[in-house]
Amino acid sequence: MSSETGKILSTDGIPLEESLKQAERKNKIKAFLLVTPLLLFLIITYIIPIADMFSRSIDDKMVTNMLPKTYKAMEQWDGKELPPEEVFEAFYLDYKILVKNKTAGKLQTQLNYEKNGFKSVLKKLARKQKKFEEGNYKEQIMKVHKRWRNVEYWRAIKRRAPAYTYSKYLKGVDMYSNEDGKIVQVAEDRRIHRILWSRTLEVAFFVTLFCFLMAYPIAHLLATLPMKYSNLLMICVLLPFWTSLLVRTASWMILLQQQGIVNDFFVWIGLVTDDSRPEMMYNKTGTYVAMTQILLPFMVLPLYSVMKTISPSLMRAGKSLGATPAVAFFKVYFPLTIPGIGAGCLLVFILAIGYYITPALVGGASGTLISNQIAYHMKSTLDWSFASAMGLMLLTGVLVIYWIYNKLVGVDNIKLG
Amino acid sequence: MALPKYTEPHYRIWHYFYLFVCGCVFFFLIAPLFVIFPLSFNAEEFLVFTDGMKRLDPDAFSTRWYKDMVYGTKNPWGLAAKNSFIIAIFATIGSIILGTLAALGLSSRHMPYKGLIMATLISPMIVPLIISGVAIFFFMAKVGLAATHLGIILAHIILGTPFVVITVTATLSGFDHSITRAASSLGSNPFNTFMKITLPLILPGVISGGLFAFVTSFDEVVVVLFLAGLDNTTIPIQMWTGLREQLSPTILAVATCLIVLSVLILVTAELLRRRSERLRGINR
Repeated sequence: MSSETGKILSTDGIPLEESLKQAERKNKIKAFLLVTPLLLFLIITYIIPIADMFSRSIDDKMVTNMLPKTYKAMEQWDGKELPPEEVFEAFYLDYKILVKNKTAGKLQTQLNYEKNGFKSVLKKLARKQKKFEEGNYKEQIMKVHKRWRNVEYWRAIKRRAPAYTYSKYLKGVDMYSNEDGKIVQVAEDRRIHRILWSRTLEVAFFVTLFCFLMAYPIAHLLATLPMKYSNLLMICVLLPFWTSLLVRTASWMILLQQQGIVNDFFVWIGLVTDDSRPEMMYNKTGTYVAMTQILLPFMVLPLYSVMKTISPSLMRAGKSLGATPAVAFFKVYFPLTIPGIGAGCLLVFILAIGYYITPALVGGASGTLISNQIAYHMKSTLDWSFASAMGLMLLTGVLVIYWIYNKLVGVDNIKLG
Repeated sequence: MALPKYTEPHYRIWHYFYLFVCGCVFFFLIAPLFVIFPLSFNAEEFLVFTDGMKRLDPDAFSTRWYKDMVYGTKNPWGLAAKNSFIIAIFATIGSIILGTLAALGLSSRHMPYKGLIMATLISPMIVPLIISGVAIFFFMAKVGLAATHLGIILAHIILGTPFVVITVTATLSGFDHSITRAASSLGSNPFNTFMKITLPLILPGVISGGLFAFVTSFDEVVVVLFLAGLDNTTIPIQMWTGLREQLSPTILAVATCLIVLSVLILVTAELLRRRSERLRGINR
């Protein structure tokens, strides 16, 4: 309809175009309103708290708030030589309040992180400051301990002035910023986090590989068998899938213990002697075996759903054109299953990289992963900002993988069961 | 899968090797679950097969660990089971309501920013549990819901909704929207249309999503470990504690009950899946 003939009007006299637009807008709002309750709920209880972990991980206001006057006075100080009298006075006044409120211990611990040996110096000051006379605090403080004459200690205090720090992230990769503000690695024998990161990646990689190698043949079998047999065999995949994670871990703990059935079997077939039963639990072996079995269904199901759609006539066509079964498999069948492989591998990898329960129970000391370290700092050391920093580093890794997954398969193609 | 008569010998060998490998993998998947069952009837306190059990001596078997599970003094399982069921049921109801509504909105072709919203809604499934646990703990502690049933229920709703969203969206993908339009043109109000037309058709998806949500909540340890106080202990928490401290056969009795429960859930889920496929006219 051209514009010269006039606009088409709907029954209530509004131009049709506008009326349609209105209806469209109404539908949009309706659809959005349906999603809103869940979206709001998740944003408030989940998304914002995760974002909040970031502010917690860089938060370093504790020391800043404990020494307000000192940091005010230090603004003028260039850090080259010993600070002037005002800084000493401000520090004395701040510290006096801390001692009075019995919170000086926290400052001692925090500053000791910054410079070793700070704790004893501060403790001594806490005892002596009661007898301080008014005026000339610089002299009096320096008399308490000779280290107060060392400008390094004052620089250490100044380094904690900013309310935000990225030091927790550096600690997560075994680095720290030293006295000159340079970023350096910690001593070689103390690089525990890097070992954990690489072990986590290694375990996730190999578990994914094992799962793939084991899932491919059985997914193929399930997809090619007649329904009545495959349904029965599918139970072998689905029953573990629906069974409690702890139950499955418990069964592995029974199987893998030193007097357990697997070891009995090894002794029986003569692989090991009765008195040299290998330790298969509380180490990496246990983590590998149990995690592979637990995550295997997550690999089988996407592979199966892709293989189910591949027509068997494609393989027959390949063979009839002269390909050997092996060539037909690698040139025809395998490329068609790649979407399933991608989905399964990324799903298993994402799940494995953040695994917590199974490594904690069967992993022992050499089989624990980065998640266990996060839980340890959450529950034992109570260094929540460090736990948050490690969690966010892990999350970043997972989101990168998730993004790849989305590009390759699309998140709305996830199939369950 | 019988081989044709003309198969060459080396392919025949290859084929049997392939079947053997598949058999091993199936065994690896399912066998561990069956270890628990006989050992939970062990008369002894050890977690190994005693000689009596190997001889199938009836005296070597007993139901004492089941009695211990139910009647045992200072046994935490009763409270844990009660808590687990309360939390899982409320979490499932919450997940179903929020998830189904969201799925209905997401399946509408008018929905703006579909990809972004879908990614947000299913993010609790992708983010490692330990991170979800930390974040949810910080939130619940801030609003004073840590160590309460409500806090754990809300946490499990967060973890359970993605499953409902996914299964219901999948059911809705084959949904013919002209049916609901027909209903409204015949004078039905939106609520009635939903209850009488849409809901019965998507019910298999809703229930199977609900089952996922239920299992997720019932089996969840990581988040509860951060959130639970002494009064909110659940079955997984008790199993976790038991497995860390001393592996007693009572845990195996509980585990056997859990396996029976998962068989029931598996059967329900499988029946629902078939019904849903039949309803949507997908025949294989």
